[in-house]
Amino acid sequence: MKLVEHFQYGLNSPICLTWELTYACNLACVHCLSSSGRRDPRELTTAEAKGVVDELQRMQVFYVNIGGGEPTVRPDFWELLDYSIDHNVGVKFSTNGVKLDKKRAAQLARTDYVDIQISLDGATAEINDHVRGPGSYATAMRALENLAEAGFGQPKISVVMTRQNVDQLDEFAAIAAKFNVQLRITRLRPSGRGADVWDELHPTAAQQRQLYDWLVSHGDQVLTGDSFFHLSAYGEALPGLNLCGAGRVVCLIDPVGDVYACPFAIHENFLAGNVRDEGGFQRVWQHSELFTELRRPQTGGACRSCSFYDSCQGGCMAAKFFTGLPLDGPDPECVRGFGEQALAARDGSTAIPKSDVDHSRSAPRNSRGRGPVPLTLTARPADAARPDRACDASPLAVGADSPLSPAAARA
Amino acid sequence: MTDSTGAGPAPAAGPALDNAATDAEQFDPTRAFRCSPQVSLRPEPFGALVYHFGTRKLSFLKTPQLLAVVSGLERHPSVHAAIDAAGVEPAQRPAYLKALAGLAANGTIEER
Repeated sequence: MKLVEHFQYGLNSPICLTWELTYACNLACVHCLSSSGRRDPRELTTAEAKGVVDELQRMQVFYVNIGGGEPTVRPDFWELLDYSIDHNVGVKFSTNGVKLDKKRAAQLARTDYVDIQISLDGATAEINDHVRGPGSYATAMRALENLAEAGFGQPKISVVMTRQNVDQLDEFAAIAAKFNVQLRITRLRPSGRGADVWDELHPTAAQQRQLYDWLVSHGDQVLTGDSFFHLSAYGEALPGLNLCGAGRVVCLIDPVGDVYACPFAIHENFLAGNVRDEGGFQRVWQHSELFTELRRPQTGGACRSCSFYDSCQGGCMAAKFFTGLPLDGPDPECVRGFGEQALAARDGSTAIPKSDVDHSRSAPRNSRGRGPVPLTLTARPADAARPDRACDASPLAVGADSPLSPAAARA
Repeated sequence: MTDSTGAGPAPAAGPALDNAATDAEQFDPTRAFRCSPQVSLRPEPFGALVYHFGTRKLSFLKTPQLLAVVSGLERHPSVHAAIDAAGVEPAQRPAYLKALAGLAANGTIEER
């Protein structure tokens, strides 16, 4: 059996675990995959978070991808970072850079087993700030300068590819070269607030081809989180795992301890359990009904007869789900155009699922100007049962970010 | 998803039995080796996941037997002896030596 086939049936522990430490964020990015903004009062405590680290150490999860929200706004973030590293769980964290002043940069440069990803969604302030908010480009640049000055070894810049920035790929590479950082690009998913802007921001078919060609010629210098495997149907398979890892090698622990199949799938349909439940994370990973189901052999559904099915495996589960497409059909960005046809065939009777988890602030902290990206941050109906409201006035300030990576999904 | 392995996590990038070693000439299987102290091995159904805390590279041991060889290295006076102890078929030995040379080249195993 090939390695990738083993992966389909699941592993003893995840390879790529994303852990979002908080829903609090200083920014309000229009495409935030976790609809972050306000802290959730049910957030794991410091002691509970350390308990999760202990468990990850026992399960030999070698590193975690920490995100949020903006993880560095948790007052205990630096304590948890040290605790995790001391317990052989390396940390890669995604940040908008808001807390990375010269002092922190110097401290991080002295720390082993920590990787940093600075989120940047435009190679220019104009394009970046349109999506991430005013001043966010300058914040990211300052963080990169501080890290470079402190001698921090190779941070990354992490870019969500949009219709507005595909043309900037070479400029992103130039920024990476300037700061001696590694470039990482990932796919925009219609998850969280991303659902509100996906139609306007997801790359066009021509841009997808452009992106694929760029990846084929630059693939050895750029990280992708294996998020573009649906583009492999253009021909040559891209490096990495060409398979949806959701629940198989990938999962998400959210700030309140809920375990989802993938960071892009924060929805009750993909909720496997909670780390606070008896048996903890290990039991959820190894025995939850949902993950067991996701590890069963897949048929390919409507895509089965496609000659490219082996390369793209039907694409991303989350991208299909949050655009109202069937999970066993084509990805909305299917390179053969079947996704577009499926999208066009949706009608009034098609239910497009919305996540029931939303921590967006009711109004963005910083208003944005008018432009090609309409501000679609109006709050979704709040769930009255949730105690979030108490936190609207919380002084918890600071950074937001769209976390990272996992591979996409499959049917 | 496995960004840590550089350009592409790629199962294929892992030292596989079918991968050619880069510097097989420098790898001397008559000597004593061990798994690098910076490396963790996680048994999995297919063999094992290998994580190097120094380079942060993730790779794979594609058979349980290769895992047995690698974890047995420190208890044997040579690589050959560790291969013998794991009960590797004679016909498979060249493939295992090649894989182990690859593991030596990327720092997963080292002379002791």
